[in-house]
Amino acid sequence: MPETMRSPQDSRETWPFYSAVALFLIVLPLLNVLPPEDSWLHLSDFRLNQFGKFLCFAILAIGLDLTWGYCGVLSLGQGVFFGFGAYCMGMYLTLQIGKEGVYGSDLPDFMVWTQVKELPWFWVPFKSFWAGLLGAILVPVLFATIFGFLAFRSRIKGVYFAIITQALAFAAWLVFNRNETRLGGTNGLTDFKQILGFRLSDPATQRGLYILTVLALIGAYLLCRWIVESRTGKVLVAIRDSESRVVFSGYTPWVYKLFVFVVAAGLAGLAGLLYVPQVGIITPAQIGVLPSLEVVIWVAVGGRGTLVGAVLGAVTVNYGRSVLTNYFPEAWPFILGGLFVVVVTMFPDGLIGIFRKLFSGGPPAPGLAVQKAQGGS
Amino acid sequence: MAEDRFILRCENVTVDYDGFKALNNCNFGVRHNELRVVIGPNGAGKTTLLDVICGKTKPVSGKVIFGDNIDLTTKNAETIAKLGVGRKFQAPSIYGNLSVWENLDLSLKRTSKGVFSTLVGKSTPAERARIEETLEMIGLGAHAYDRAGSLSHGQKQWLEIGMVILQDPLLLLVDEPVAGMSDKETEQTGRLLETLSEKQAIVVIEHDMDFVRQIARIVTVLAEGTVICEGTVEHVQADDQVREIYLGRAKVAH
Repeated sequence: MPETMRSPQDSRETWPFYSAVALFLIVLPLLNVLPPEDSWLHLSDFRLNQFGKFLCFAILAIGLDLTWGYCGVLSLGQGVFFGFGAYCMGMYLTLQIGKEGVYGSDLPDFMVWTQVKELPWFWVPFKSFWAGLLGAILVPVLFATIFGFLAFRSRIKGVYFAIITQALAFAAWLVFNRNETRLGGTNGLTDFKQILGFRLSDPATQRGLYILTVLALIGAYLLCRWIVESRTGKVLVAIRDSESRVVFSGYTPWVYKLFVFVVAAGLAGLAGLLYVPQVGIITPAQIGVLPSLEVVIWVAVGGRGTLVGAVLGAVTVNYGRSVLTNYFPEAWPFILGGLFVVVVTMFPDGLIGIFRKLFSGGPPAPGLAVQKAQGGS
Repeated sequence: MAEDRFILRCENVTVDYDGFKALNNCNFGVRHNELRVVIGPNGAGKTTLLDVICGKTKPVSGKVIFGDNIDLTTKNAETIAKLGVGRKFQAPSIYGNLSVWENLDLSLKRTSKGVFSTLVGKSTPAERARIEETLEMIGLGAHAYDRAGSLSHGQKQWLEIGMVILQDPLLLLVDEPVAGMSDKETEQTGRLLETLSEKQAIVVIEHDMDFVRQIARIVTVLAEGTVICEGTVEHVQADDQVREIYLGRAKVAH
């Protein structure tokens, strides 16, 4: 009989986590710093920075896996929460440009040429780094709480929830595109110079941001792993399997859905806040309908309901994109769409499912893995 | 005597589905620790009766009194479940991707089932003992760590009964528990329900007359949304009206 609620963890399931931590936290930064630049082992600053971007996407994907993979709540609007995080940090970075801008004004460049005379009120707090940092998490969390409360309390579920979150992504895209929103319109926020006094063009600053991203990803992963292994995590899966039974067992499913939706929004904000200083630009094009859909594809390709799969999917698909767009720039959307169709129809458990099959020799656990304590597969 | 008091009384309950009266002025009572079987032809309103009791369907008129004076028609399904009415659905309704143990653990009655208490909550030794005891009672002791989705149909039905009784219901509603079960499984299910009725009142809806004879003490016959006869199996089978509208035309009664 089990000592605790959780099923005994299969040792096979923990090594991918530790090897991924070792690779991203230690091996890649060392390959960037130690080997001479002409060595084949050397990882360029550009590549390291690129991995930093992919790992931000991984944080975003983990949040979606928590809501969609475990609880069955498909959100097609994760890009919006990512955008809130990115824009909050972006506003801080924009104000840090100071007089270094093209027009040498205290106001951001785009305000000068759209003839804004005074810093809008909602920009004022972002003179502070802490406002940028806290805002990047709290704005998406607060927004998700209100939006989720209204949607889940009204028992909006399944495909209807997916559709309204997609509408939300479209609406956000429209709003952020407008010059009147005072967030840089279609050009977004860019040309950042420094963060807390560190020059963003300095490779050391970028390395630091990369390490912070890896640490944030580890934190996000451990938080989600803790949630899914607690009894709450089991309730999430139960809601996915049979929501009506969950009600009759005395739980209130909509509160659980709201909880994971808010956690995912916070993680999306965290991803956005780390993304902006590393990529150096945030525009509405990065937060609309298509970027929100891509997150779903990453999670599906990696393997739903595994958390590790979300990270794997985000990194693999984006790495694939960076390589393939060099050769076939126009073909990428078709490759991405084709990948999604192949995964959904042939490998419903994604890359993780394929690995499990290869390493265990047995059939992959259907949908979600429940490890057996005895017997084995 | 507590045993003589009603735990549930349906008074003049009418359910109207766009002009079709699934229940028509239905009166029905169950006493404490009673095992009651409800039979009736298809469309008689048996499942609707359970739906009304557990709050899934609201009647247009009538009252459902639970315990001494709680009117269930004014409560929603979640509240009714918390008040102590457990429902076993007709098709197995379990969490296929969780283990048998986890299915039972989630169903166990606890003081709080909010997000934060489940996030940090650990099972107490007493809770684990209770789950183990239930596992033995429903005959799934050897399957505690199996994925519930991999169980046989009969085992899934027992698991769901186990999940419902772990909520300590005062009244257990069971909808056609032996449909699709083998003879041996049917017999085991009957014994399980008899054991359970020592502690709580149970209402079973059933088609299988052999099974009804095995477990029934008092049978209620429902037809066209109304109770037409109530009594022992022998009494019910001897009733002319019952023979005419139910037993006469249905093959299940031999």
